[in-house]
Amino acid sequence: MVQTFKHQSEYKVIGSRPVRHDGFDKVTGRAIYGGDIKLPGLIWGALTRSPHAHAKIKSIDTRAAEKIEGVLAIITSKDMPETEDKMVDLGEGDENPRWTSNKLMAQQKVLYKGHPVAAVAAVNRYIAEHAATKIKVEYEVLEAHNDVDSALRKDAAIILESLEGDDLGEKIHNTNLAKHEKYEFGDVDKAFTNATYIEENTYTMQMVHQGYIEPHNATAFWDEEDRVKIWTSTQGAFTARTALSNLLQLDVSRIKVTPCEIGGGFGGKIPVYLEPIAALLSKKTGRPVKMMMERTAVFETTGPTPGGKVWVKIGADKEGKLIVAESKIWFEAGCNPGSMIEPAAQCIYAPYDIQNTRIDTYDVIVNKPKVAPYRAPGSPQVAYAMESAVNDLCEKAGWDPLEFRMSNASDKDTRRGDGVKFSVIGTKEVIKATKNSKHWNSDLGPAEKGKVRGRGISHGYWFNIGLKSSVNLNVNKDGTVTLIEGSTDIGGSRASISMQAAEVLGIPAEDVRPSVVDTDSVGYTDVTGGSRTTYATGFAAWEAANNLIVEMKKRVALYFDRNHKDINFESGVFSVEPDIENEKPERNITFKEIAEKIDDDDLGGPVNSVGSVDLESAGDGFGMHIADVEVDLATGKTDVIRYTAVQDVGKAIHPSYVEGQMQGGAAQGIGWALNEEYFMQDEGGMVNSSFLDYRMPTSLDLPKIETVLVEVPTPLHPYGVRGVGEVPICPPLAAVGNALKDALGIRFSDLPMNPAKIIKAIGN
Amino acid sequence: MANTNIHITTTINEQPYEFLAPSYMSLLDALREIVGLTGTKEGCLDGNCGACTVNVDGRIVDSCLVLAAEIDGCKVETVEGMASSEGLHPLQKAFLEEAALQCGICTPGFLVAAKGLLDNEPNPSEHRIRHWLAGNLCRCTGYDKIVKAVQKVSSEG
Repeated sequence: MVQTFKHQSEYKVIGSRPVRHDGFDKVTGRAIYGGDIKLPGLIWGALTRSPHAHAKIKSIDTRAAEKIEGVLAIITSKDMPETEDKMVDLGEGDENPRWTSNKLMAQQKVLYKGHPVAAVAAVNRYIAEHAATKIKVEYEVLEAHNDVDSALRKDAAIILESLEGDDLGEKIHNTNLAKHEKYEFGDVDKAFTNATYIEENTYTMQMVHQGYIEPHNATAFWDEEDRVKIWTSTQGAFTARTALSNLLQLDVSRIKVTPCEIGGGFGGKIPVYLEPIAALLSKKTGRPVKMMMERTAVFETTGPTPGGKVWVKIGADKEGKLIVAESKIWFEAGCNPGSMIEPAAQCIYAPYDIQNTRIDTYDVIVNKPKVAPYRAPGSPQVAYAMESAVNDLCEKAGWDPLEFRMSNASDKDTRRGDGVKFSVIGTKEVIKATKNSKHWNSDLGPAEKGKVRGRGISHGYWFNIGLKSSVNLNVNKDGTVTLIEGSTDIGGSRASISMQAAEVLGIPAEDVRPSVVDTDSVGYTDVTGGSRTTYATGFAAWEAANNLIVEMKKRVALYFDRNHKDINFESGVFSVEPDIENEKPERNITFKEIAEKIDDDDLGGPVNSVGSVDLESAGDGFGMHIADVEVDLATGKTDVIRYTAVQDVGKAIHPSYVEGQMQGGAAQGIGWALNEEYFMQDEGGMVNSSFLDYRMPTSLDLPKIETVLVEVPTPLHPYGVRGVGEVPICPPLAAVGNALKDALGIRFSDLPMNPAKIIKAIGN
Repeated sequence: MANTNIHITTTINEQPYEFLAPSYMSLLDALREIVGLTGTKEGCLDGNCGACTVNVDGRIVDSCLVLAAEIDGCKVETVEGMASSEGLHPLQKAFLEEAALQCGICTPGFLVAAKGLLDNEPNPSEHRIRHWLAGNLCRCTGYDKIVKAVQKVSSEG
């Protein structure tokens, strides 16, 4: 039975906006990110990468590179340990270490442009990078497949020969189809015959990148006892440790991962890339080895979220009830299986209560980098398709798109497209808040000459994950508490986690001192991802704080010479009623006062506590966005002129950082809608692999992003927190698309909706 | 690789420095690897992200595009030079109060760039701020709170 909570309406710390604990270090340049690590005897590593997207490796000649002064070691796939052929759970997705090893250092074939084929260690970065260019590799170039249609052609070149595909449970070979799954409820075919209005369309999209500003990095030292220390920017030190254990064939206890400050991740810094290579170069040289990834390689070899296509068909009866939905989702996995087709299926119909649903999903291998999670992986693509289709259905039938979404909204016990039923959710509250928002009740205003304006809305949904977290608390003599956690702080989570402990302890947030520590120094903690950190590590902090109070009561009882069961605790004060029978008076003592006494007096030694959780869910999250756009008819350029993000956040622990998540997610979604894409050349390989050509939004491209925080607390969390970070990237694609439809009367069903496509469409 | 070390005499954050750097070394690498100031961050090494922004003789530059040899005789300011013995620079304070950073990797570059604007134009419009900061990429915040923090300082100034 899952524990459920009733919530207070007022808090002291929760909902306030203290300065984050790591803030001073981060505005002064003192904070140590992965790239800032320095060690005695440090040397540098660099990679030789494939210029081809699909090719056989005929030979690798390292002799010229070895002769360069300052080169200390060279490795190829022959130096990679033999790994097991099994699936390993890495928190936000599974991986087969054999394929991961091949992805990180090519064996017989290169499978994507930039695929590493050799690595060099040298006395400095310049020599390492120079030597890497002197390794001669002979290739036999093969046909490269850039997209799902090409890869699924009958005569397609097979990318991963050892792949055993799964087509609805049937094993298939010599294929680029890794998996085909189906989810079906009700009677879809019959429901379509009963539908008065039907909308059907296919939506296509390219891979996009998380675009974190800090490149991947790793520093490794492999010592004489086969113990490996890793310093890196990772979203999950323990997840990295598991991955490294499989790749290096070492027990987890031999690997210590120190998570440095991290310069953005959005899911893309869950997988390891450089860490195992740096470790093997260290093993070979006996020196600590550091590697930094160049930006081109960040684009070409890490992280993208899948491109692909989504076909959607939906039907409503004449009263405006959405009675049926069917979809097929094809996602590009990159060079290894695993393209987030499951979350796509979980998310696609989630905002709606639909009785008859069918989903087919296809996980397709292509000659592109293996995808990694990116903020609600799989959900924005399907939200783009579904929310565009809903908009067009409403237009066809003459229904108000907001009222239609309200009358068909999902609620408690609604069944998702994958069969899971919802607990308490805030879909209707979010729609209501959207309807009441300033933005929705404002005029679009007149466009400038030669421009047209439009407004669009869209839903977004992410289920949020729970998983494992550990927190330790220690009481200091001055009444402060140190909080030891394993969750990388990627955007203010030290503050949101400390605040949840502070609320229980009745002390200010500033009096909780958080530290994010290495894998030897705290209990297992899953990734900072899945919107789980404030939820799950915060839950662990709450539990640890409650356990700390239990311990403190025992010490107070000793101090008062009373039974610990009689000690009360409220708002930071321990108290006990008078014991008239034994002539003992009423007593009070603050948290701070007793902390000092425990240190000085014989009250049982230092006080510390542990919180440890393994949670199934982090409370389903819904959001709705409103986008106003202005399109220049001469250039096809779209400006987002006003934008509002509405979201059910459960309970906002630190509202500023909740708003920040919503604004940041919206900005990434706007970039995805209008500009960002992996632009591929026919022979494979991304051609726009720089920030200049990839063109993420700048401050000049975006308006102020208004936020409306709706709070429908989830009963699953002590404070009602819902995961926040991922939902806001889901609505912008269709919100912008629907705004463009409003402005131009044209449905853009291919992302990104860039000036070239708009000019072409207007011309037609 | 041909290597000539260049003798560089410079002022960084009002302190005198003298060091040798290879002729091909960027200012970014010299600051981080030789001088030991790692507050200036590497993001792209091709002048497109602004994470490595520093101020050289009153001008905002991407230090990855400047050779270390070019700062001989110049005055360089980095994020480490913004706070003084009296405390944080008003921009640093505003960034904390307005929650204008999430991961923080772009923050040093934004702070140095924003200071470069306010030093010369104490009351810029929102559009001017957005235009000035367009050379600095942030992927976390959507810029909203960064712009607000700069506006806060300019209105208080």
